Amino acid sequence: MAFGLLATADADLMEIIGLSLRVSLTALLISCLIGLPLGALVATCRFRGRSALLVLMNALMGLPPVVVGLIVYLYLSRSGPLGWMQLLYTPTAMIIAQTILITPIIAALSRQILEDMHEEYSEQFRSMNVPWRAEIAALLWDGRFSLMTVALAGFGRSIAEVGAVIIVGGNIDHLTRVMTTAIALETSKGDLPLALALGLVLLVIALAVNALAFVMRQAASKFAYG
Amino acid sequence: MPLQVDGLTLVIGGERLIDGISLTITEPGISVVMGFNGAGKSLFLRLLHGLVPQSAGSVHWAGKANSEDVRRRQAMVFQTPVLLRRSAAANIDFALKVQGLGSARRRDELLELVGLSGLADRPARLLSGGEQQRLALARALSCRPEVLFLDEPTANLDPASVALIEETLNGAAADGMKIIFVTHDVGQARRLGAEIVFLHHGKVEEQSPASAFFAKPASSVAQAYLEGRIVI
Ligand SMILES: Nc1ncnc2c1ncn2[C@@H]1O[C@H](COP(=O)(O)OP(=O)(O)O)[C@@H](O)[C@H]1O
Ligand SMILES: [Mg+2]
Repeated sequence: MAFGLLATADADLMEIIGLSLRVSLTALLISCLIGLPLGALVATCRFRGRSALLVLMNALMGLPPVVVGLIVYLYLSRSGPLGWMQLLYTPTAMIIAQTILITPIIAALSRQILEDMHEEYSEQFRSMNVPWRAEIAALLWDGRFSLMTVALAGFGRSIAEVGAVIIVGGNIDHLTRVMTTAIALETSKGDLPLALALGLVLLVIALAVNALAFVMRQAASKFAYG
Repeated sequence: MPLQVDGLTLVIGGERLIDGISLTITEPGISVVMGFNGAGKSLFLRLLHGLVPQSAGSVHWAGKANSEDVRRRQAMVFQTPVLLRRSAAANIDFALKVQGLGSARRRDELLELVGLSGLADRPARLLSGGEQQRLALARALSCRPEVLFLDEPTANLDPASVALIEETLNGAAADGMKIIFVTHDVGQARRLGAEIVFLHHGKVEEQSPASAFFAKPASSVAQAYLEGRIVI
């Protein structure tokens, strides 16, 4: 039956999968736009409080999704400071929560990669008088393969998490129901075929993410770009 | 671009690694810096190029103290080339673009000069050691520097690459580029050097025209070095 749902591309099922991908990919995009420059900044600059920032970034990598969900909930709830925006129980709220969840991952992991490369390049770049911004751009481009595996790690975490999206999204049918929250609900309701079908899709996505990361690493070492 | 160095000193961790060097280099052509391992040749080059701030003393190029502006007219080839994770051609393009000089023709000329035309699209880090160093040389030449520093660029390279690099440097020197070349290969110093600067324990032991130096070095350390004896 689970396979039947997948084979017939059941409309509800497709809607749920589509929303999951939309939320997690949007969160990933925003996280990369914030996390990569932040990682590059911390990797290349020496400033006061840098070590503290490093510790904070690493600590935030392990943020429990439910805690993030709770905090975002408090901000977005009607009586919260951002309550007037009326975002609670919308896909936007889910994107915000997942962005908070994975930005530290993108920033911390990319920082490590970029710092190693910066150490390797910095004297050469100094000799060539490469301006700071061009240097950052070069590091981001030259680290493209490794950074893509970082993005994949972030995506893997966001697509699979349930704690944050269920709190701020509310698992509303046709509105904020994503794969993980649907699985949780359908399992508790006893509708196992739908839960299993979604579980299978999640599994395939996880495998695909890992396979893609593997391909990236292979490509990187093939060109000696690692 | 005459060079004037006064009392140049670098102290790291209480050690005087470069110990009050004063010299002037006014002759064009290739000046070869020699000395035992650990003599301070690499540090000296970095100080001249302004990559490391000195602890005391000064470096003046044509009367101007070291600065970013001065460094813009210089280039350096390091012992181990640091190449970008891109194709050979893209490495040159990057250097040209940084200087606002980007042009495909200039890039092709530079690759041609170092015999890499056929490898333009190869990822730079997959090139052989000799090819990588030739690429690094082409990149250094891309900004048409007035002064070119090279820190043992041909150590452990294949003979063909060494020959090509030496030929390229002789050509550049003939065109008026000032070249400061570190090597501990005596044969290479003989082939390239117009003048020899011999460093020992962070000091200039001797600075002589190459012909005089190889005929009879003035210092006993350099004498020992040429005879292959060890001096501690
Ligand atoms: N960053 C550094 N910190 C401390 N000591 C250094 C540093 N760089 C070089 N040295 C020391 O300075 C001396 C000269 O080094 P270097 O200029 O590399 O010698 P050479 O190039 O002539 O072989 C060596 O004893 C080396 O160990
Ligand atoms: Mg050295």
